Amino acid sequence: MSTLEVSPSEPASGQPDHSVVNDFSIQVATVNGSGSQTANSVLMRALFQMGIPVSGKNMFPSNIAGLPTWFTIRASKHGYIGRRKEIDFLVAMNPETAREDVMKLDSGAAVVYDEPLKLNELRSDLHFYPVPFDKLVGPVCPEAKLRKLVRNMIYDGVVAQLLSIEMGEIRNALVKQFGKKKAKAADLNMGAAQAGFDFAAKTFTKTDPFSVQRMNATAGKIIIDGNSACALGAMFAGVTVVTWYPITPSSSLVETLIGYMRRFRHDPETGKASYAIVQAEDELASIGMAIGAGWGGARSMTATAGPGISLMSEFIGLGYYAEVPTVVFDVERVGPSTGLPTRTQQGDLLTTALLSHGDTRHPMFFPCSPEECFSLSIEAFNFAEQFQTPVFVMTDLDLGMNNWMADPFAYPETPIKRGKVLDADDLEKLGGFARYKDVDGDGVGYRTLPGTNHPAASYFTRGSGHNDKAQYTEREDDYVHNMDRLAHKFDVMRKHVPAPVAHLGKGAKIGFVACGTSDYAVRESCDQLRNEYDIEASYLRLKAYPFNEDLLEFVRQHERVYVVDQNRDAQLLALMRLEFPAELIAKLRSLRYYGGLPLDARTVTDEVIRQEGK
Amino acid sequence: MSTGTIPTPPKKLNRIGLEVLQYKGGKTTLCAGCGHNSISERIVECFYELGVEPYKVAKFSGIGCSSKSPAYFLGQSHGFNSVHGRMPAIATGAVLANRTLLGLGVTGDGDTASIGLGQFMHLVRRNLPMIYIIEDNGVYGLTKGQFSATADVGSKLKTGAPNDLPPFDCCALALKWGATFVARSFSGDKRQLQSILKAAISHNGLSVIDVVSPCVTFNDHEGSTKSYGYMKEHEAVLHELDYVPFFAEIAVEIPEGEAMDVQLHDGSHLRIRKLDRDYDPTNRLAALSAIEDAEHKGEVLTGVLFVNTSKPTFVDLLNMDEAPLATMPESKTRPSKAVLDTVMEELR
Repeated sequence: MSTLEVSPSEPASGQPDHSVVNDFSIQVATVNGSGSQTANSVLMRALFQMGIPVSGKNMFPSNIAGLPTWFTIRASKHGYIGRRKEIDFLVAMNPETAREDVMKLDSGAAVVYDEPLKLNELRSDLHFYPVPFDKLVGPVCPEAKLRKLVRNMIYDGVVAQLLSIEMGEIRNALVKQFGKKKAKAADLNMGAAQAGFDFAAKTFTKTDPFSVQRMNATAGKIIIDGNSACALGAMFAGVTVVTWYPITPSSSLVETLIGYMRRFRHDPETGKASYAIVQAEDELASIGMAIGAGWGGARSMTATAGPGISLMSEFIGLGYYAEVPTVVFDVERVGPSTGLPTRTQQGDLLTTALLSHGDTRHPMFFPCSPEECFSLSIEAFNFAEQFQTPVFVMTDLDLGMNNWMADPFAYPETPIKRGKVLDADDLEKLGGFARYKDVDGDGVGYRTLPGTNHPAASYFTRGSGHNDKAQYTEREDDYVHNMDRLAHKFDVMRKHVPAPVAHLGKGAKIGFVACGTSDYAVRESCDQLRNEYDIEASYLRLKAYPFNEDLLEFVRQHERVYVVDQNRDAQLLALMRLEFPAELIAKLRSLRYYGGLPLDARTVTDEVIRQEGK
Repeated sequence: MSTGTIPTPPKKLNRIGLEVLQYKGGKTTLCAGCGHNSISERIVECFYELGVEPYKVAKFSGIGCSSKSPAYFLGQSHGFNSVHGRMPAIATGAVLANRTLLGLGVTGDGDTASIGLGQFMHLVRRNLPMIYIIEDNGVYGLTKGQFSATADVGSKLKTGAPNDLPPFDCCALALKWGATFVARSFSGDKRQLQSILKAAISHNGLSVIDVVSPCVTFNDHEGSTKSYGYMKEHEAVLHELDYVPFFAEIAVEIPEGEAMDVQLHDGSHLRIRKLDRDYDPTNRLAALSAIEDAEHKGEVLTGVLFVNTSKPTFVDLLNMDEAPLATMPESKTRPSKAVLDTVMEELR
């Protein structure tokens, strides 16, 4: 990026010397609780409606009101929607962080700021646009109480004017945001945006190079956050019992689900619900209820985050050993302990894979996008019942709570799979059954549901030692036989988990292995490595654990494989190390980021270059 | 289900044609003389005598001696021996999955009054329709004789060590926070326990039954307040209970004032005859006060402490379909493609 010589007192006039169209990031720095969310969503949606690929990342504090928050919007004509580290266009509304926010900018960035902050005195290599927000808000918002909220819409107008965002799309986005019922609120906000636009048009001469132009890259797409996508997945998976305990960043998953279930899962005639949702007293209870419901024959689920996963540990061991299906959504946040509750990480991979005491292994699914939050959630419910075990859907705060562009979700093509369940007729034909007997050689026994009207239906479920017939035993041979069957079942899962997605670089010697939201940074990094360093890299994105043969083959095919982890201790790599042969372990390199922000491509590229010694 | 040829000599069958054997479970592994075994026997008798279909019952327990016992009764009912103190969560999930199940929880004082206290209280608060029996012996049996949180102040361990802390009274807790059937009994009082159990089977709502059930190995000595000897001397029976099942003809009308009649959910009746005191089991405050008085007098009050037949259960509050969620067809649990299209359109 070129360094512009701009005097602080006299902004450069005339046209910028080059233009950057549809390829930059905007950061809005505000205070949480100030209503900036509407202004930010509207800005993002306006760009989306102009057909420009866009992503929005909310960096917010674990607090209700008064602490700094940043919202970053990235417009990318190339379709890169991962986080971009560099900020090109700053809207500085928070006096507390404004100074630091400005000092962090690269040379040549633009700054819209609240005039009294006098940020233009800080640096001479930026484009400054001072706006007297307090003066502008009065006339457009007579009601003093609302001014704090409406004030933020003014920057939408200013930014729209400076970046050539169409005001018609700002209006459309506002209407979308407020709905038809709140037309008055939309009008009030539109008035504020217009005041900002008019002020900017009258006052500023544009000196920065950034602007947008209408494209056609978002037609037919939707905007949705990962938690809502998981909620929809659960509803279309036919979930019947949902138990939960509020925890950031997973709460909105269940809250959204409640909203959809109320609309779409009541009998139109009787008004009765085809589900039960229970806010439990804690995570010990929510997982217990989910397991009780799974045992009782419901499609059950709970949603939580790291601290909840820790609490659920004992029950998950029971679910594994007694072989009870349920689905646990883990929207990962930064640990350990309370950690950074509103920042993102893939910090629960290792703990979750091996959750609970004794020898335990649990399948995990790794959606990377809203589309996969939907489709893999549906698959997770089938998988849990087919393999009679708790299944974890691992997302993270970035995917769960941020808004993403996505393709509309595809309606599930296959019917719900309930797995091996014997009913009274089956029992009559068979004359009985042994709950944990491996009849089919896949390690999965047949189960019956309580309430099955047959004298041979019952069995006794326990977390203590049991034989094929679910009877109590402490015998060495029974124990080993049962544990070996469970290990075999886990091995069989490898052939049934969602397969990884591989992009093979032509003649690539190096490869990436990653999961979940690391996808965006890794894909962009592959392009950076090719374009900037002439390095071809392959990339295998895992969709699930246990790993399958595709992963081993991918590692065999490459000289060095960078395993991308959004955690300090290389947890994904550690899981590979647990089962890989030594010659493949020797090929693995660790690439880690764990600062709590969504992973960005530059961090990945720089680290590969460092380790490649280039 | 039991419509086969009737064997000779004819076995005694209940009203649904089952013999008592079909209500029994595995052989107990608890100590001979353990109060829990008596309770298991009462469960077998009551379910047999009332003709409850075993397949409609689901048994739940936590961890401990008491929690092992569901393996020793109702062998034709599904059972779930879960983790310590968290049987309420398992039971809640299972009952929601299939609301037609009759939940029967068996737990101990160690299971309920320590790690399980939170879940117990929330179960009470929800008034989940199920039976929750606390086999209360004031001691941890399976770990060989430590005090539990229901042990009375001053009661002594086998080693002579005294208990310094006050007990939780599980009935008082259940009364305070919303259980709709609260009773205390003694494993040695066959008749009273039968009436209470049968009434609980007929009740729609959470039935909490605290049964003093002596541990013959670790807490049946001099200085224990949960021993057979102590109970013989200190049990104060509130009233005489007669349970009249819905399928029985009521032969004799009781004159007004002689007994209180409580009609239960399934049409059965609980007749409560006064002994030496006036006691109204529909008055929650009076129940709490009676427990408090008994404690001061060093008595163990047994009988039906409280019953409320009108409060909605947790299942009622959830407005669920009458059919079990567990076996609901896909047509009811997966919305149509049109619904997905609608949602997608809203997100554009």
